[in-house]
Parts: sequence; structure tokens; C-alpha cells
Amino acid sequence: MNEFVERQISLAWNDPKPAYDVVIVGGGGHGLATAYYLAARHGITNVAVLERKYIGSGNSGRNTTIIRSNYGIPEAVRFYQRSLELYSTLEAETGRWVMHKQKGLLWMAHTEAGVRAERSRATVNTLFGAKTEYVTPQQVKEICPQVDITGSGVWPVMGASYHAEGATARHDRVVWAYAEGAMQRGVHIHQNTAVTGLQMNAGKVTGVQTNNGPIAAKIVVSAVGGHVTTLAAMAGVRLPIRTHPLQAYVTNHYAQSFDAIVASMNLLFYVSQTARGEMLIGAEIDRQPSYSYGAGHHFLQSCSHRAITVLPFLRNLRIVRQWTGVCDMSADYSPVMGVTGVDGFYVTTGWGTWGFKAIPAGGEQMAELVATGVTPELIAPFALDRFARDRTMADRGSAGTH
Amino acid sequence: MSLQLNCPTCGRRPVEEFIYGEIPVVPDVIVDADARDVDRAFMHSNPEGPLTERWFHVYGCRRWITVRRDTRTDQLLGGA
Repeated sequence: MNEFVERQISLAWNDPKPAYDVVIVGGGGHGLATAYYLAARHGITNVAVLERKYIGSGNSGRNTTIIRSNYGIPEAVRFYQRSLELYSTLEAETGRWVMHKQKGLLWMAHTEAGVRAERSRATVNTLFGAKTEYVTPQQVKEICPQVDITGSGVWPVMGASYHAEGATARHDRVVWAYAEGAMQRGVHIHQNTAVTGLQMNAGKVTGVQTNNGPIAAKIVVSAVGGHVTTLAAMAGVRLPIRTHPLQAYVTNHYAQSFDAIVASMNLLFYVSQTARGEMLIGAEIDRQPSYSYGAGHHFLQSCSHRAITVLPFLRNLRIVRQWTGVCDMSADYSPVMGVTGVDGFYVTTGWGTWGFKAIPAGGEQMAELVATGVTPELIAPFALDRFARDRTMADRGSAGTH
Repeated sequence: MSLQLNCPTCGRRPVEEFIYGEIPVVPDVIVDADARDVDRAFMHSNPEGPLTERWFHVYGCRRWITVRRDTRTDQLLGGA
């Protein structure tokens, strides 16, 4: 048990029961949000969330906390817009401050192809309900004065899309808000409980084996991050998932305010300022499939080099912290949510590098699926069987940095 | 230090010089021909532990090499 986490949530932690209606594997944002909405919206409270370390210790604690809905395909724009709206009312709903702040997100293009991509993003977004407009380099300068629109004379900013509703929130507060809301309604959360196997009976999942003994369940939901293929393989389910590390880092305190979130389509990086004033910088995934939390110098060097091209003030800052998460990257850069073909076993995965922003909608929709047994319309396009049906959801707007 | 691979021609080089090539392994329990095609095209074994993989040395000798690596630690293993 993590003492700090215990202090944040002033609730009684329960001992495991031998059986639950629903067992959710993975105590990150998605698992806890699913539990919360099951309890809050559907009155299903005989639910356990199993977390092998402490809640929010996986990718929920390793992301860059950006909330946006400026995706490239209609199905994704609708889904992430729902998530963005749920985030903006999360504090009112749970009564906990999650430090949600609307900042606006600039996505810059430095090539003709990049300009076309950003224009198309703005058009698709506008048509399907997200507030994104195409802006000129001069407007970029007005929105974020720190941007060098000449790109140090190497990568001039040729245009950008501006997503006014882009926001950030504090990652662990989001996790705690959902955890506390779920526990107040009777959901059990068991930390330090690793799932070591699935109980199967006649092709149906009937429970889980853990390091603290077996737990029976009518429905098992996998909300596992990078390690999801290992869990799914226990049920004989094959997933289009490969696990890649994703690194990020923060600098020391930057004394001026940097309001917008700034990303570059061509230079593959994104920058925002944390509430503490640090500059938070991230980029693309590592190329090797790996579960290692190892962090490398090459990433710091290449990412800083690219970021400084457009944001020259960064060169005066120092890197103080670097970390790595292991991302479940799907074959088409879209999530995989819903039924698996095995009775009693649902997955929410494929969250790759875009999972944090999807926590509220992912949890809400998975809860509806668990409660009603019917796949909600919003996530139907993201079903696992889309690969066999030749309906992949390739979205170049999903990660943005690929 | 980021991951480095042993290229038989060029020696120990950073992984950023290579392009990844997965060796697809379709489980024997999948017998239907169409299902095997879908699995080979989209699904991954994604093992936690030893993995045999191919890498193309695009910014070096431009040859394919075979590497055995533990995906939990990124340690290179012998016997590739």
C-alpha cells in the first residue's frame, strides 16, 4: 500500500471478497472510471478493481495529461469530444479538484503536407463537433508569443490548427477522484493484487487468480495498460497490440506563463507548462517493443533539439526529470474497446499514447457495455472484430507524433 | 544509454539506426485460413520476456540482422 495514496483517499480499504459481479483488472484511470460510472450511473456496486501496484502507478501516472478531441476521423472526434465534455464537468460531478484547465492547443505544420493535414483536421473537427480552426503563422504568434515562427530559419511555421478546447488536468487527481467516487458508492479497490491467471469454465471467463487467492466474477474487464496481451492470452484472446515505451521529461521552472499547449506535426514533439511552471515535453514512442522503463539520453537529445527549433527559450532551461511508460499501441492507432469473443471477458485497450484524455468517455462507455450487455454506439466502431471485418480505424490524428 | 544492437558488420550501434521487423507467429490453435491471415496481418504475440526479432540496419550496412532480446529489460540474449 502506498502511504501517500492512502492519505489522499480518506476511505476504508476493504478486504477482498471471494466473488464479485464485476472484476476490473487494472487500477488506472480507465479501470477506476469504469468502476465509478458502473456505480454512479448504473447502480452496480458489487465491483472490485484489482491493481498490482498502487492505483495510478502505471500509464495513468506516466502520461503528459493533455486533453483534446482534435482527431482525424469522425468516429474518434465524436468519442474524444464526449470525453473532453466529461472532463470539463468532472470536478462538479465528483466534488474533487482535478486541476482541469482549458489552455488551447496549437498544432503547427512546417511543410505543405503538414498544412494539408492540419486543414483537414480543422475541417473534420468542425463537422463533427470539436472546436478547431486553421490559423496563420501570425495568429500562432499572437496565441503563443514564445513560438519562433521562422523555426530558427530551418523549420518555418507554415500554419497550424488551433483547438480552443485543448486542456490539461492533474493525472493523479483524476485517478483519485474516480477512485474515491467509486469507493464511496461501495466499490472495492484492492492494491498490490496482481492477476496471475484467469478462471475459465466451458469457454467462459468466470473469475481471476491473484497473488491473494482466487476471485470469482460474472464479468472480467481488462483495463490493463502495456501488459494487456499477457492477460488476454490467458483467455485465448489475440490482440492487435504491441507494447512500446514512451518517454517524457520536464525542465526546471520557467518564470513566464506559457498558456497554450504547443505541438508540431512535422517535428514530432509537444510542449506544455505544468501548474508548477515546469515545461513538460514529450515525443514519439521508442521503436523497440519493450516493457522496460529504461530511459535514454538519445531521446532527450533529439527531442530537445527539435523543440528548441520552434521554442528557442527552452535552451536556457535544465532537464530535471525523465520517465517512461509502456504503451499498448494498436495496429491502427485507435483504441480497442468492447467484447472479445470470449463470454464474460471485455477489454479496453489500445490506448497507446492517447489514453489519458479518453479516461472519462472510455470509463462511461465500458460501464454502459458491462451494465447493459450492449455495445454503445459511440464505441461500436472500435470493436476488436473490426480487424477481421476489414474496418480498421487508421487515424493519423490520434497520436499526432507518429 | 538507449538500447544498442550488435550488428555483425558495423559493431555495436544505437537502435535509432535500425528499423524494426517483427517475426509474426500465428498460434497453431487458429486453423481457419482467413483467421490465420487476419492474425498474421494485425495480431501480436507481444511477449514479456525473450523475443527473437529482425532489425534492418537502414543507417548502416543496410542488412537484416536477427536479434534475441528480453523485452522486460532490453538485455540482449545470445543464441540468435
